[in-house]
Amino acid sequence: MRHDHVLTAKQFSREDIEAVLDRAADFDGPTGGTRHTNTLLGLLFFEPSTRTKMSFETAIKRLGGDTIDMGSIDSSSVSKGESLADTVRVIEGYADALVLRHPQQGAAKMASEFVDVPVINAGDGAGHHPTQTLLDLYTIRENAGLDDLSIGIMGDLKYGRTVHSLAHALATFETTQHFISPESLSLPAEVRYDLDEAGASVTEHTGLESVLPDLDVLYVTRIQRERFPDENEYRAVADEYGIDLAMLDEAKADLSIMHPLPRVDEIDPAIDDTDHATYFDQAHNGVPVRMALLDSLL
Amino acid sequence: MTDDHQLRVGKIENGTVIDHVTGGQALNVLAILDIDGSGGEEISVGMNVPSERVGRKDIVKVEGRELSQEEVDVLSLIAPDATINIVRNYDVVEKHRVERPEEVVGVLSCPNANCITTAHEPVDSRFAVLEDGVRCAYCGTLIREGFARYIEVD
Repeated sequence: MRHDHVLTAKQFSREDIEAVLDRAADFDGPTGGTRHTNTLLGLLFFEPSTRTKMSFETAIKRLGGDTIDMGSIDSSSVSKGESLADTVRVIEGYADALVLRHPQQGAAKMASEFVDVPVINAGDGAGHHPTQTLLDLYTIRENAGLDDLSIGIMGDLKYGRTVHSLAHALATFETTQHFISPESLSLPAEVRYDLDEAGASVTEHTGLESVLPDLDVLYVTRIQRERFPDENEYRAVADEYGIDLAMLDEAKADLSIMHPLPRVDEIDPAIDDTDHATYFDQAHNGVPVRMALLDSLL
Repeated sequence: MTDDHQLRVGKIENGTVIDHVTGGQALNVLAILDIDGSGGEEISVGMNVPSERVGRKDIVKVEGRELSQEEVDVLSLIAPDATINIVRNYDVVEKHRVERPEEVVGVLSCPNANCITTAHEPVDSRFAVLEDGVRCAYCGTLIREGFARYIEVD
């Protein structure tokens, strides 16, 4: 893959994706060598993160490099009103690449216009999360393959950035995407537009039951409390868009259940001990995939 | 008849006449062109003037300033039938239509309140112009109609 920045999954061709996933398989072990000794990755997380941030740290350290971390926004110049444009222009002087998570959509794209080092979008509001998509695809490829795939994507499709990026990337493969959500949280117009332009095979559902038996993969996302006016309305929706052991009677024996995590109640913990559960492997795959991505960028 | 109405809002000696503007959009044309009279320009505006070609139209005349094709193409979003006349010494020396540009920069505000272009950052709004609307280059938000509502006001 030869890109200056990683901003959205839309920039990936099928060949780009396969190259990163193939390379990631080479890194799927404890060591990555010393290919990137003295390489410093700048971490700019304007929102909380556990998996994304720690797996980027692990990835660059396993490649022989290290990180510098802006820290929380409360302890940085951001709290003094510094613009993102100024912040990235300062930190590009310290780091060889920037990993940016920011609450506003388009933040990574704007940042990329102000610096000469690669910017990696680690989540921009309700926009995109392209590196999560690469590890999602790696996990799907390991468990079900990426062609002739029937995948259900359930939960908050409107604000879920992992969903938006995954949908864009899956459109480059021979997949059927089944989107399952309440109407109020269905796919945004922009993503529908792109899927239509890409000629993607897409269906939409308001319930899981009818489509579950057809699925090879079920990608579950968290419905956030703050999207609803009151607790009762949230609970009613959150309970409806989850999965438990009993429901799996209707599913294929090799259904793979994924989740970008963190989960709340949408996946019954009783599923964790079954072969359906791939969400912890999925989180672990963040390291080799991000190693492969960094190796191709730096 | 058209000449009479042009006379009603005054002939110009040198400058630009934007004709066949969609009725009611003249003030938005001026807003898009960032012309508010504060620069001392002599501006004449005719609104809802009868037109044989389009029924009712607006006309904007800007004395002393020749607008480039690039400057006026953005008007195609709100006045797709507009024609541009460049006037020198009272004669029309150039006449052309507006064309849809590939993108418009610093003209429309993104309706997505969570878009980075709406934050306090040194970045202009930028929209790609599609067949059936425009799309924010930063957050991807689509606008399909009612562009005038999103014109940036300084």
